[in-house]
Amino acid sequence: MLGSIIAIIVYLFVVTFLGYLGFKHTKTSADYLVGGRQIHPMIMALSYGATFISTSAIVGFGGAAGTLGMGLLWLTVLNILFGIFIAFVVFGKRTRRMGHNLDAHTFPELLGNRFNSKFIQGFAGVVIFLFMPIYTAAVLKGGADFIQTHFGISYEVSLLFFAAVVAVYVWMGGMKGVMYTDAFQGAIMFIGMAFLIIFVYNKLGGVSSAHEQLAELYNKPEIQEQTAGLIKGGFRGWTSMPASGSPIWWSLVTTIVMGVGIGVLAQPPLVVRFMTVKSNRELNRAVVSGGVFILMMTGVAFVVGSLSNVLFFNETGKVAILAAGGNDKIIPMFIKQFVPSWFGVIFFLALIAAAMSTLSSQFHSMGTAVGRDVYEKALGKKGNSIFITRTGILLAILLSVILAYLANKLDSSMQIIATGTALFFGLCAASFLPGYIAALYVKKISTKAVIIGMITGFVIGVIWIFFIHEKEASSLQLCIALFNKTSIVKDTAMAKLALVDPIVVALPASAIVTFIGALTTKNTLSENHLDKCFKGI
Amino acid sequence: MFGIHDIWIILAYVLCILSAILCVVYGIVNWNKGADLEPNELAEESDWSKNESEIEDKL
Repeated sequence: MLGSIIAIIVYLFVVTFLGYLGFKHTKTSADYLVGGRQIHPMIMALSYGATFISTSAIVGFGGAAGTLGMGLLWLTVLNILFGIFIAFVVFGKRTRRMGHNLDAHTFPELLGNRFNSKFIQGFAGVVIFLFMPIYTAAVLKGGADFIQTHFGISYEVSLLFFAAVVAVYVWMGGMKGVMYTDAFQGAIMFIGMAFLIIFVYNKLGGVSSAHEQLAELYNKPEIQEQTAGLIKGGFRGWTSMPASGSPIWWSLVTTIVMGVGIGVLAQPPLVVRFMTVKSNRELNRAVVSGGVFILMMTGVAFVVGSLSNVLFFNETGKVAILAAGGNDKIIPMFIKQFVPSWFGVIFFLALIAAAMSTLSSQFHSMGTAVGRDVYEKALGKKGNSIFITRTGILLAILLSVILAYLANKLDSSMQIIATGTALFFGLCAASFLPGYIAALYVKKISTKAVIIGMITGFVIGVIWIFFIHEKEASSLQLCIALFNKTSIVKDTAMAKLALVDPIVVALPASAIVTFIGALTTKNTLSENHLDKCFKGI
Repeated sequence: MFGIHDIWIILAYVLCILSAILCVVYGIVNWNKGADLEPNELAEESDWSKNESEIEDKL
């Protein structure tokens, strides 16, 4: 305990110092927003990775792997291929160039300036400000779950303590501090996860032996009994994919793998990262460390989450979710119970680092969304941008903490963190991805086509989340309040739709509408404007 | 393979590692590419800084 406290104090001192450096150098509105554009590629890659990966990925999705098995590794594949390779190589270069050409400082501003539309910038800002707190709450919950388990204190106290530390740090530093602190945190995360995978495989007698034990575990009669509910939903063991078309298959493939795997391409904090590098060379170099980093974070979390079942069973006779007392408690409990205490401290710091880096970027995105995108640009108000941005961040922190508090009251057998994360990622993909791709690649597309596509994706996504996709609609309660059932398609001929994640419907709908709009409406943007947008592309 | 019997899980396990290798190879092959736009970029940085000052003045 004393070791943990000393390590945390040292860690907090370092991040506070880095935050202070950022604060000292924060001079102007533009400086606060993108932290200048002279960032070293290693810093950029570690920072990007640390922003991408959080307690949500490690505790939330690692816990989901503890319950659903190694099928989550498909998310790692998508994370690396889409989140790193395609994001950096295909989108990153154009985003950086266009961001420079248009003097954009936020993702909504990039879209708004590209299509010369205050509406697009304001709309994107509002979507981010209103819905990102769900993702932020998921990350906060992951950190609070870990603190609660590690120190044996209440969830509420853990949550408040954690939120307060992040709030002070973000308030002091802005993006510049965030960038360097993220890189420092990324390094801690990498070391922590590298130790973890070596430790677990070693403890279970090597790679193949560990997987064999996990496969055999499922065949034990007592395990079949403990996982009877999951088996009914399509679960077929931790080293197998769920039965095709079963509820668990839909949840794993559409919500967890597709929702997050594809959704990452349109994540506002990550898009901003591309605008902060000097040249394409830095992006090329960042792909190296980014790919390895994501493998070490999500790949390790999902393998260890799955294998935790063997260790929990050997020790307690129960599968992970039962032994830990909930899906989101699997990883924290595993670390507390099975790894040496000295490593527990390192891992604890790695997790807190992961959460801090993601949260600070999220708060920043929400603050700029309300301050710059909505207040300054869409509404055309004059005012102190820094003040408005920071007030936006404060509101976002409050809203996120309230949501994280409420999330703990949901059914603990659910993948609460993973679902909350997937919800926001899916909604971002549906609302922004077709427009974002069009902005970068379709020079002559009209602003109207992009607006109608964005609205379609957003509206269908929201309706699906609140009223059709049962997993989310039942937690959000609005459908129950209005229609007295957990999904409006429940007990109808279309009941299967309740299993389908919003991204499966809303993203194609948004893409189709954008495409039809492109064919039927005329581009009204001037040649001069388009030349400016695509200069050097 | 690796003690796993479901082909889809084996595929995911292998693809994770191959994807990371792809990133490493791509990054190393293109390590020095993309810097040739530097002069343009530098001019742009200067424009951007001017705009930054304008924003500052407005504030």
